[in-house]
Parts: sequence; structure tokens; C-alpha cells
Amino acid sequence: MTRQAPPRKKKISWRSQAFRGLVYQILAVTAIGLAIWFLAHNTATNMRLRGIQSGFDFLTSAAGFDIGESLYPFDSGEAYWRAFLIGVTNTLRVAVLGIILTTVIGTLIGVGRFSRNALVRGLCTTYIEVFRNIPILLQLLMWYLLFTELLPASTEPMVLGPLFLSKGGLNFPIPIWASGHLWAAGGLVAGMGLAWWQRRRAIQAFERTGLPSSMFWKPLAIVVAAGLAGWLLGGAPLALDSPKQGEFAIENGGSLTPEFLSVLLGLTIYTAAFVAEVVRSGIQSVPRGQAEAASALGLNQAQEMRLVMLPQALRVIIPPMTNQYLNLTKNSSLAVAIGYPDVVSIANTAINQTGRAVECISVIMLVYLSTSLATSLLMNWYNARAAIKER
Amino acid sequence: MGPAQSFTPIAPRPAPIQTDGLLPWIRANLFGNWQTTTGTLILGGLLLWLLPQVISWTLLRAVWVPNAEACRVDGAGACWGVITEKYRLIIFGRYPFEEQWRPLIATALLLALLVASCARPFWKSWLVLLWAGVLAIFFTIMFGGVLGLSRVETDRWGGLPLTILLASLSIAMAFPIALVVALGRRSGLPAIRSVCTIYVELIRGVPLISVLFMASFMFPLFMPQGFSIDVLIRVLVGITVFAAAYMAEVIRGGLQAIPKGQVEAAATLGLSYWQTQRKIVLPQALAMVVPGIMNGFISTFKDTSLVTIVSLYELTGAMGLALNSDADWRPFKIEGYLFIAMIYFTFCFSMSRYSHWVEKQVNKSKQR
Repeated sequence: MTRQAPPRKKKISWRSQAFRGLVYQILAVTAIGLAIWFLAHNTATNMRLRGIQSGFDFLTSAAGFDIGESLYPFDSGEAYWRAFLIGVTNTLRVAVLGIILTTVIGTLIGVGRFSRNALVRGLCTTYIEVFRNIPILLQLLMWYLLFTELLPASTEPMVLGPLFLSKGGLNFPIPIWASGHLWAAGGLVAGMGLAWWQRRRAIQAFERTGLPSSMFWKPLAIVVAAGLAGWLLGGAPLALDSPKQGEFAIENGGSLTPEFLSVLLGLTIYTAAFVAEVVRSGIQSVPRGQAEAASALGLNQAQEMRLVMLPQALRVIIPPMTNQYLNLTKNSSLAVAIGYPDVVSIANTAINQTGRAVECISVIMLVYLSTSLATSLLMNWYNARAAIKER
Repeated sequence: MGPAQSFTPIAPRPAPIQTDGLLPWIRANLFGNWQTTTGTLILGGLLLWLLPQVISWTLLRAVWVPNAEACRVDGAGACWGVITEKYRLIIFGRYPFEEQWRPLIATALLLALLVASCARPFWKSWLVLLWAGVLAIFFTIMFGGVLGLSRVETDRWGGLPLTILLASLSIAMAFPIALVVALGRRSGLPAIRSVCTIYVELIRGVPLISVLFMASFMFPLFMPQGFSIDVLIRVLVGITVFAAAYMAEVIRGGLQAIPKGQVEAAATLGLSYWQTQRKIVLPQALAMVVPGIMNGFISTFKDTSLVTIVSLYELTGAMGLALNSDADWRPFKIEGYLFIAMIYFTFCFSMSRYSHWVEKQVNKSKQR
């Protein structure tokens, strides 16, 4: 009996998976292409018919509106792109501060849920349940109301030590610039170098002798001491520019507007509830045996946390934490509801003034897309460092 | 034989320390060691100082009658009178006052259906039909124009009915889209995979507010000449597109957790791609990501509050609308905010409790 050759595979046949795949993909791409063309065509026609101008040339023309707060001075005669830039810096300012604060508060509350004290556990749970189940917009509006209506007027502010709290915002003392501060900064930098060197030596000593020595407190002490030494060398400048009660408002010192404070507080408190849950699930994901094994090896509680529990928990924590950071940044766009001049709020004004919705919305999207991308890249890099090292 | 041994019982052991009951619990959880005791004393002291003030403000000194003068008296607590006075405006928004029984009935119907859909006996295929029917009734009652009901345009809709409608419809529409996109991102066809990836990453990279701006400013430009779409539908599409991208990522997480062997076993049995997904992969994957999906539902519910910014007056917007225009009551906005915060909390908290229950139900097979 002779063997027959198997029937030759036909390339172009509905029975070939590759061919079907190709057809499906061509269909899908064509459909999406057509849809985009349809929308673009309609948009172009509509804009022509309604006489809407398009293009980004408006960015260089004068903005014609003032901005409530900015890191650097701005007046209404300046160009739109400068206004957008101020919006971006305002967004970043609130986002960066919010991320730092929310990490600290969220971690404390997440760890608090494991406390031996039932009262602490209960309060942390209550905090999480209350703040994550109320929309962030509503919380922002409530904080804003608190800051603008319920606080005393700026003619009779609440005085909390050196701080003045009123409808005009928070006023606080700032150090007056002196060359001594430069010395202190120099001392800090030198201290950091020294601390890094000390830490390397400590690690080497540990690897040689197996005797652990402090890798956190000692370097920290070195940094602080060096900073202090620099400050003392520079003549220990102590002068502060403190706020004081003026006739109509509070004068001098640094100040934060109620809009900024509401956005910062609202975002921090809302996101901290989510961060706390992330931290809790991260800690819970480390098996109990790991802690028991660590104490069996004779590690003390701090070493157990730092060397055994935390590195493993971080692996679980980092990806959802990144998401929370991105959420905080994106939620800062809600500042538009209470008039904090972030990038969305400025784009909104620009849309109303120029009617160039397409351009302004693309600016918003571009800003957030690049921020999100940058944050994810940074966190992915950190995640890769914390990831499990497999052979 | 040695001397007779006499039996002497050993001393009785002390009874074990009682570890259950209220007092031992307090000893262990509040006064375990000195750190715990200090914490309890400080926190307990703070609570004892704060709680009476809060209770006194919210309940004891509160004014319940709709009388703005009574609220302004010195020492008056919370002015719940503002709710008694304005609750219909807050809950139903700008819907015509005499017709507000219509949103009441429609919302009650929709809520009943939502609650019913959460219970096991209703998890049948006819639930879809029931949903279609109830939604048809909902829109008929709300929109009117037939059966002798006067016509109410969608820009008059508002308050809680709008919140619930936006949330439930966008969740219901986002879920199937998310399923398809999640499968698409794991598909072997590069064109489809990249289209789905671009969609998800693009939407997840921008805030909802920019999507809503797009829906409200740019959507009209997208449509052919002389063809306009209602603002409610535009916003609904915006929220759906947004929620679907997030949900797709959650579902993709579940899909990734299914071992490859499952798909290979299905292929060995001769199942087609769609059969494999529907009978083998999705049931396991979805069961795994129930908490994530429910979280998506909860955040979509909260996100509906953002439509205020593009001037649709759902609960948050209706509350602002009710109090901003009235100088008598405007000072008592905080009570109004607390009231709607409580409504949001009730909905979101019950959803998260429900999610715990569903999680237990779908993981029954894994429990021993």
C-alpha cells in the first residue's frame, strides 16, 4: 500500500485560520478607518458651515483673562500658551504634593488596620469606608465650602501658633533668604554623600562579618548633622517672614489659596482611602510563615519588616499604587468645579473665549497622557527593581 | 513486692484564662500592653470629647422645621429644615414640580429591578428581557408624550433619577464592550490587538472630565449636518466609553490568570475560539475578577456626579441648583451636601457589601 501525500494546504481558504484572521483584521481596520473618516469629514463640514476656525495659531495670541494663582506672574496680555503652561504647573503642583501626602496618610491608615488596638482598627476602617464611598467631586465641593464660607473672614482669622487660617486661605511664615541657607544646603549635600559612603561600608561590613549595622538611622543622622553643621557655619539665620494681621487682609509670609487647599485636601483624603486598601492587601499578601521564619532567624521586628515583609509586599503594592497616583493626577482635573486654575479650567476658559474646542481638548488630553505615561514609566522602572529576581 | 503505693493526685491545674466574652476582648484589644493602653486613652479621650459635639450638632440642637429664621438663631445646630424644604428639588432636579410622581415611580421601578438583579433566582436569561421592558417603561414615564402624559425634555431631567439612570445604563453598556475589548487585547491578530490597546491606553490616560467635554463640545461636530443627538445620550456615551476601558483592564487581568492548559484542553476537545471563551475561559476569569468589576461599578456610580460640570443636573448638580438661587437657604449648603453625601454613601456602601457576597457565591467551588 502506498502512502498518499496529504492534500496540499490551500493558503486562500476559509478553512485556513491565518486567512480568516487576515480577513477579520482587514474588515476591522476598514470599519474603524471608515468611522474615523466619517467623523473627521463631518467635523470638517460642520466647522466650515458654522464658520468655526481651527488651528493652533490662537496659542500665540493674547489670552485676555487673569489667572487667580500661579507660580510665576501672569497678566491678561500674555499669550494663551503661557496661560496653558501655568495651568500645567498648577496641576503638577497639586498632583505632586497630593501624591506625597496621600502616600504617607494612606500607608499609616493601611498599617493601622493591623493595629492591636481595636479603636485604631475601627477608626481606620471607618475612614476608608466613609471617604471612598463619597464622590470626589462632592468632597471637593464640601472642602471648598468649608474654606470659603465656614471659616472666619480674613479680617479676623483663626490663629494657630504662627499659622493664620481664614477665608483668604492659609498664611504661614517663610524663612527670609540668607546666605546661611546656602551653607545649610551645601551641608545637606555633603551629608548625603557621606551617608551614601557610610551605607556602602556598612553593607560591605555586613557581607564580610554577617553583623548587621544600622542602614537607615545612622545615614539619616549623618545627613541631619551635616545640614545642621552647614547651617551653623553659615551663621544660623533664623529670621522668618511671619504673616501678620493687616487692615483688610493678612500681610507678609507665604500663603495658600482656599482653592488650592480644597483641591489638595480633597484629593489627598479621598485617594488615601484607596491607598490604605492597597497597602493592606499588600501586607496581607505576604504569608504569615515569612514573618515567623524571620523571627526564627533572630531578626528583630524592624528588621523583619524592612528586610522580609516590605520587599515582598511592595511587589504587590506598586502596580495598584501607580494606578492610584494616576487617578489622583487625573482627578485633579475636577479642580475646574471650584475654580482652581489647573489646565482643564484654563482650557475651559479658552474654549469659551475662542470656541476652539477641538484644539483645547487635545491640549488637555496631551497633557494628561504625557503625565500618565511619565508616571507609569517611572513606576515601571521602580517595579522592575522591586520585582522578584528569578534565575 | 515493694511497699504499697498510695495514690496521691497531682494538684489541679488552674482553669484556663477566659478568652471569649466582652471583658477579655477589651483586655486584649484595648489594654493589651502599654502602647495599646496609651493609644486607647488618647483616642478614646478625643472621641469622648468630639462625639457629643457631633451628636449635639446633628441631632440634639438640629432644626428640623423648614424655617430659615429658626436656623439662624445662635446655638442652633444642623439645619435639616433645608432638606425638608428643598428635598423635592434636590432629588428630582428641574423636573416639572407637579409631574414629579413620574420620576418617583420610574426610579422605584428601576431600583426594584436593580435590587432584583442582585438576587440569585433572577440570574436567568429572561432578565435581559425584563431589563429591556423596564427601561422602555422608564423612558415612557419620564419622557411622556403618550398616554396623556405631558412631554418632558431630557434637559429637565435631574436629581437622583438621572444619577441612577446614567449609572445603570452606562454600566450595562460598558460591560459587553469591555468583554470584547479585553478579549481583543489578548487576541492573536495584531491589528485587532493594537486597536484595542490604543483604545484602552488612550482612555485610561485622560481624565473623565475631558471625555465629557468632548461629548458635550465636540460630539455635535462629529454628527452629519442637521442631525443632533440629545445631551443625555452624548454624556451616556462618554461615561460608557470611559468605564468600558477601565473594566476591560480588570477583565483582562482575569483572562491572564487562566492557565494556558485550559485553552489547550478546550482546543483538544474541538471547541472553537468563541466556544472556548464562552464555556471555558470567561466563566473562570470573570469569577476571579468579581471584586474588580464591582469596584468599577461603584466608581462609575460616583463618576456620574461629574456630569454636573457639563450642565446636566444629576444629584450633585440638582443640589447646587436648589440652594444657589435661594439666598435664604444658601448658608445651609453644608447640610445639603451632607444629605446627598449620605445618599451616595448608601448606594456605594451597599454595592461594596453586595460585592463581598457575590465574591463568596462565585468562589463556592473553591471553598472546602
